Amino acid sequence: MSTARMRDLRTFSGFGLLSVGCAVFLYAPIVFLTLYSFNDGRSVSQWTGFSFRWYQTVFANQNIQTAAVNSLLIAVTAATIATVLALGAAIATVNRRSKSGGEGAYVVLTFPLMVPEIVTAVASLVFFVAVGISLGFVTILLAHIVFCIPFAYLPIKARLEGMDETLPSAAADLYASPAKAFVRITLPLLVPGLLSGWLLAFIISLDDFIITALVAGPGATTLPLHIYGMLRLGMTPEVNAISTLMLAASTALVLLSGLLGQAGRKH
Amino acid sequence: MQRAVIHPHPIPPGSISQTMAAGQNPVPHPHTVATEVRNLCKIYNAGTSRAHEALKDFNLAIRANEFFTLLGPSGCGKTTLLRILGGFEPLTSGICRIFGDDVSVLPPEARPVNTVFQQYALFPHMTVRSNIAFGLEMLGKPRAEIERTVEKMLDLVHMTEYADRKPDTMSGGQRQRVALARALAPQPKLLLLDEPLSALDLKLRQKMRLELKSLQRETGITFVFVTHDQEEALAMSDRVAVISNGCLQQVGTPEDIYEQPQSRFVADFIGESNLIDARVARFSGCEAILDIAGFDQVHADVAQDLAHGQPVSLSIRPERLVLSAGEGEGRGLATVFDRTYLGNAVEYHLRAGDHALTARSPRGGLRGRQDFAPGDTVHIAFEPGSIKVLLS
Repeated sequence: MSTARMRDLRTFSGFGLLSVGCAVFLYAPIVFLTLYSFNDGRSVSQWTGFSFRWYQTVFANQNIQTAAVNSLLIAVTAATIATVLALGAAIATVNRRSKSGGEGAYVVLTFPLMVPEIVTAVASLVFFVAVGISLGFVTILLAHIVFCIPFAYLPIKARLEGMDETLPSAAADLYASPAKAFVRITLPLLVPGLLSGWLLAFIISLDDFIITALVAGPGATTLPLHIYGMLRLGMTPEVNAISTLMLAASTALVLLSGLLGQAGRKH
Repeated sequence: MQRAVIHPHPIPPGSISQTMAAGQNPVPHPHTVATEVRNLCKIYNAGTSRAHEALKDFNLAIRANEFFTLLGPSGCGKTTLLRILGGFEPLTSGICRIFGDDVSVLPPEARPVNTVFQQYALFPHMTVRSNIAFGLEMLGKPRAEIERTVEKMLDLVHMTEYADRKPDTMSGGQRQRVALARALAPQPKLLLLDEPLSALDLKLRQKMRLELKSLQRETGITFVFVTHDQEEALAMSDRVAVISNGCLQQVGTPEDIYEQPQSRFVADFIGESNLIDARVARFSGCEAILDIAGFDQVHADVAQDLAHGQPVSLSIRPERLVLSAGEGEGRGLATVFDRTYLGNAVEYHLRAGDHALTARSPRGGLRGRQDFAPGDTVHIAFEPGSIKVLLS
């Protein structure tokens, strides 16, 4: 028997079993959650029959709807503003002419990713109180814009770095003003980066809990905050139904982002 | 900074096609200066410890309707000069003119100049057609004229059937042609080419040389071509400027540059040269007699004044060294220490005293020519008129 033969990882005994085990560990809770959102009874562990009644409850619940609208509004606005700011930051930091300062700016921009979220949350809260902005919708939005910027920045920066640096020069050579060169050449080529940056920021904003919980104040609420509130009153399949809806929305967005990424790679 | 665009049309739109089809020269005076730089200095990172003087008090005039090549080793400043002409690099001091207008501080979009970039820089999200139309659109040309010109350009570079393809679906040679068409479409007064053939393989490169040369004739546009490949420079250019270390070494026709090098650098860089140290023994008017250690005295025609006893360099092309085994005609004795077969010629590496020399003979050993092997002792003679006397 030759021991030096190359072996595919998949030919090791037990590989299949291990794979299935991992998949179950990762996805069983989600499958369970989705399944029980269609349960007819009030239990989240005992199957009594198939029904859409919890979805009907969700859609009839005024509070859930307000929270969902708030969440979407905040996520869309925060992701959009963060993407615009991140685009500016990426253009300013990915400057090939002068390398000086680029590293420092990169660290400053991405450091929030390394800071524990609870620290950012407390810092935001203390800041808003110190400055005297009353907690509510506006403070949630401001906090979300801030923590979304690094998430939007990274894909845009990567895309910009992958772009041929002579393209803007070529546009200028062909009589395009800097503004026209940006609109006709740089921006279209950055679209895949902008979209993935926006989607990432959107999802991060949509499911943020810790920062939102601290800066929300008594008035405003978002979907994650509302769900947490519902859980404290006891588990019903209604929570499963909301979660399944959010899962469907995220999956759709991730798929969309993947498709756009593929389209972008063709350039 | 001025933003006024100098329109690159010396002739009314519409007449482009006629002039091109007829192969006429749209620039009326053949000896008009197309572009010139005066006392040009370029210092990168000025005032820092990394300061680097890329161009030193550089003066050069390029004539209208000329295929002009900037030739030099990498890092000599030729690309910097091209980037200054294109407006991509600000100059440190001096002046840069294009057809008489001072363009020293104008940005690229305000200069009547287009560039073919080394890696082509085609816009990847646009079709070939939109790439070619881009410059005309930015100049605000009417739609009908743009479409007409784009078709002409596609035809000129034989790319009509690829008009609706994206650049990344095409080969290097095809992209090269699109880049040329895109740069020629706005009828620039000056076309800058930054080593555009370096990304192509040998066969294609040789084909594109001919195409570039005929494109220049057809369009009558002044081409400024940058290369480090001397063969390319000699094959295509009307005139060549040899640049080294930020300084202009010599300007002239390819023949001038090859046959009459004026410095050791040019003699060495263009083609191959044997450079031999010598001393002036006698000098009268336009002829000098020179002493070479280990050789007989040699005669050479000289254009410059020499002093008795002055040390000079002699440059002799390898193909103008004559080798023979017999006695009598030799100027000196040498030993063959290497023989290299080149297909159409044989190269001998020789040692004569302190001198290392190279001789090239067409097909040694054939047609009565003698062949030599390493270890042979041979007589060397210099062909009449083959010796160039260089002072530096």
